[in-house]
Amino acid sequence: MSELDELYQEVILDHNKSPRNFREMGNANRKSEGYNPLCGDHVTVYIHFIGGIIHDISFKGSGCAISKASASMMTTELKGKSEAEAEELFDDVHKMLTGDVDVEDSGFDRLGKLKILSGVCKFPARVKCASLAWHTVNAALKGVDEVASTE
Amino acid sequence: MKAFQKKQLPHSGDGIFDVEKIRQDFPILRERVHGKPLVYLDNGATSQKPQAVIDAISRYYQSENSNIHRGVHYLSEQATASYENAREKIRQFINAKSEQEIIFVRGTTEAINLVAQSYGRTFLKEGDEIVISAMEHHSNIVPWQILCGQIGARLRIIPINHDGEFVLDEYRRLLNEKTKLVSITHVSNALGSIVPVREAVRIAHERGVPVLLDGAQAVPHLKVDVQEIGCDFYAFSGHKVFGPTGVGVLYGKAELLDAMPPYQGGGDMISLVTFEKTHYNVLPYKFEAGTPNIAGGIGLGAAIDYLNGLDWDQVSDHEKDLLSYATDELSAIERLKIIGKAKEKAGVLSFVFEHIHAHDVGTILDQEGVAVRAGHHCAMPVMQRFGVPATARASFALYNTREEIDALVKGIHRVLRVFG
Ligand SMILES: Cc1ncc(COP(=O)(O)O)c(C=O)c1O
Repeated sequence: MSELDELYQEVILDHNKSPRNFREMGNANRKSEGYNPLCGDHVTVYIHFIGGIIHDISFKGSGCAISKASASMMTTELKGKSEAEAEELFDDVHKMLTGDVDVEDSGFDRLGKLKILSGVCKFPARVKCASLAWHTVNAALKGVDEVASTE
Repeated sequence: MKAFQKKQLPHSGDGIFDVEKIRQDFPILRERVHGKPLVYLDNGATSQKPQAVIDAISRYYQSENSNIHRGVHYLSEQATASYENAREKIRQFINAKSEQEIIFVRGTTEAINLVAQSYGRTFLKEGDEIVISAMEHHSNIVPWQILCGQIGARLRIIPINHDGEFVLDEYRRLLNEKTKLVSITHVSNALGSIVPVREAVRIAHERGVPVLLDGAQAVPHLKVDVQEIGCDFYAFSGHKVFGPTGVGVLYGKAELLDAMPPYQGGGDMISLVTFEKTHYNVLPYKFEAGTPNIAGGIGLGAAIDYLNGLDWDQVSDHEKDLLSYATDELSAIERLKIIGKAKEKAGVLSFVFEHIHAHDVGTILDQEGVAVRAGHHCAMPVMQRFGVPATARASFALYNTREEIDALVKGIHRVLRVFG
């Protein structure tokens, strides 16, 4: 598979075309905005957080296929997770995207379906696209009420 | 409109514009990217450098390097002569009246900041208005916002029409007795539109309002004559006109520059310093504090020498052919929309797909060896005006060819295959 095919895999294209949990959330009690000044990608993440658990999570915004697919996949993975679990996953995703680990290593099993995004590390200019939504969730969970930035 | 067959290039007089010969002068064009020949269509961001410029810079460092305007020794005299020689070349290049009117700066950005801080803070006051257009680069927006914040002046924006054209009537309507400065682009970096600057200057001058032109995207494509245009300030960057980065030019009319206070203080810009009082140096040195980018200035001089060796009419015909060929070819692609359809355009083709983000277009084209810019082009208000988050932008230079546009088109078809 070429690097390009690895980047734009079917699953990613599908999430881009029909993003999951792509909606505003009326009863969200955590919310954060993320922005990538380099390309104008913009995402808002909504979380309904109860008893330390991400009960519901959704997002809205505009961006490239990578940022949209990454946000979409993130919401499906984070639903039902605790804050600590979300943070662990955030760390793993970060390591995967920056490419300094082998995701096939058993230590990264919890990445699950997210491993499909590992092709991004071959495209340094796109790492920020894939990590934007994750930075934004991180800010939302920490209750930081500022626009998260990939910078 | 396919005015020319492939390979058959326009010519004028008895000389044929031989683009293949020109390409030989730019060593980087022989590079390969991801195993494909480099197709460099990001000239709006920065242009490539001819061997003559690269050589001039290394010659300076190899055999002339020393500080200027201060040494009594041989090398310093040599370096000073080369640097001042470059200033004279620049004066001729834009037809300024005097070398005193050519200030070396870091680039367009610094030139505009210089005028905002030196001219703006001295001659503008609370309630005054500064007029810019809706298609300015951030570097011709933010310095004015900073100034407005400092002195309580107000920024007014000339709208553009749906084709991305500067509308003279709207501009006329905005000018009033509070208008104290007009600062507009000569050619838009995001849209390619050429602004009717001579007319714009004339209209402002009827009201006694000085005009700064941002020539960053104009100088690589158009013959610029600051006296004919009549502008009061003209700014451009060396790196976009085949020279090195880190050097640029502010042209200003001597009488204005004379009346302005220095922008920065330091060495070179003074004639006499005591702890009680400092006397400033004469133009242009008053605005050139500290050791400048000597190699950069010399490199820019070499770039101008290179351009002077070309027939500008031929270059211009060639670039027009490239733009019209690219416009035709891209217009034929399904679901592709060109942003910026001004009648008078230079060197830039911005485009979007409704269903594909510019960033994805850029990444896939890159895999084909085709370098374009994807993003907001430091002109976010332009993106907002057209309701798009970003565009992909192909921007051309005199060394580009129709074959390279074919490679761009081929790359776009690959994008369409990926995104179905
Ligand atoms: C129209 C325009 N103005 C100003 C600039 C800023 O130039 P520089 O970054 O060289 O200072 C650019 C560069 O992108 C430009 O295209």
